[in-house]
Amino acid sequence: MSDERSKLLTQGEEVLNILKRGADFTKELLQENEKLRLQLVGLEDTQQLAARNPEDWEKLRVELLGRIQNLEEENRTFRERLLEVEGENRRFADRYLEIEEENNNLANLYVASYQLHSTLDLDEVVKVVLEIVINLIGAETFALYMLEREDTLQPVAAEGVQREQLPHCTVGEGRLGRAVLATETTCWDPADSEDFNEPIVVIPLQIQKRPIGAIALFKLLQQKEGFTALDHELFNVLGGHAATAIFAARLYSQSERKLNTIQGFLDLLAE
Amino acid sequence: MEKRRVLIVEDSPTMRQLLVFALRRLKNVEIVEAQDGMDGLRKVSSDHFDLALIDINMPVMDGLKLISLMREEDSLKQIPVVVITTEGAQEDRERALKLGANEYLTKPIQANRVLSVARDLLKLD
Repeated sequence: MSDERSKLLTQGEEVLNILKRGADFTKELLQENEKLRLQLVGLEDTQQLAARNPEDWEKLRVELLGRIQNLEEENRTFRERLLEVEGENRRFADRYLEIEEENNNLANLYVASYQLHSTLDLDEVVKVVLEIVINLIGAETFALYMLEREDTLQPVAAEGVQREQLPHCTVGEGRLGRAVLATETTCWDPADSEDFNEPIVVIPLQIQKRPIGAIALFKLLQQKEGFTALDHELFNVLGGHAATAIFAARLYSQSERKLNTIQGFLDLLAE
Repeated sequence: MEKRRVLIVEDSPTMRQLLVFALRRLKNVEIVEAQDGMDGLRKVSSDHFDLALIDINMPVMDGLKLISLMREEDSLKQIPVVVITTEGAQEDRERALKLGANEYLTKPIQANRVLSVARDLLKLD
């Protein structure tokens, strides 16, 4: 019986403790509430004071205007920087295109000179010259002339026209002859020329300013509208490299012939 | 990424070298060369290709014949074909496109144009 009583007393104390803690918590809440209310009143007072005091408003307005101005200034700076960056991007893009074009041009020039010097067979060299003029320059009718004897230019290969139809030419006479004498590539109006005495381009082939022949263009491919900077570079490559390639191939074939003759004599002597 | 294979069918070594130079700039692309239409047909029939660049005027078998043979063959008809030629007339273009060419480029070629067309047809980024 006494056990039950003491148990009940303990439970009662626990309930009282819980109630006491609840009361303390409520008290704390009330105190906090009071503090917040006081702060609110203080803020309302400050606001009312500010509203009543035009100087404070003016100060606040000036401060805010200053901040707006700063932000606008910052915005303008960012816009200017953005424009600068965009301009820089455009310059890089343009430069990239220029480099790409330069790269393509160099590839064309490299391929042309590589192919010209890839063989010592004269027929092959002539074939390469024709290929370059058709595929890289875009000519439809043209001829390769070689200097025979002292001053006669003779057509040795042609495209778009029978070789026999082409006139021989004397150095110093006519468009072809004058350009060869001057050892300078000469271009006329790239409208098609019906007259084989009047080519639209003459590229003299020369070794150390000594002419050995020429390439004469008479008509461009239908889709080719005119000459580009790359075409003029190709004219230079052809003028120099085709000349040396043809010269080297001729020398090689002559030396081959001589070597065969000598070998024939040696074989005869040995018998 | 799987390698893409491109076949160049062109009789001029100069043009072949120039096209190889241009296409080498594409990543993951393997280039195979053929020197005429017959050589091209042999190569395209014996191996897988994702693109063919074909010249029209060639000895042994011309480009148009090669394209028509490719378009008749089930295993080859899906291969995109780019014609590269000196023939700039509209009727030549129409004839090639009618035969099944996907693009028609005229000489002298612009490397950038070849690259852009190849990128499109190979579906490269």
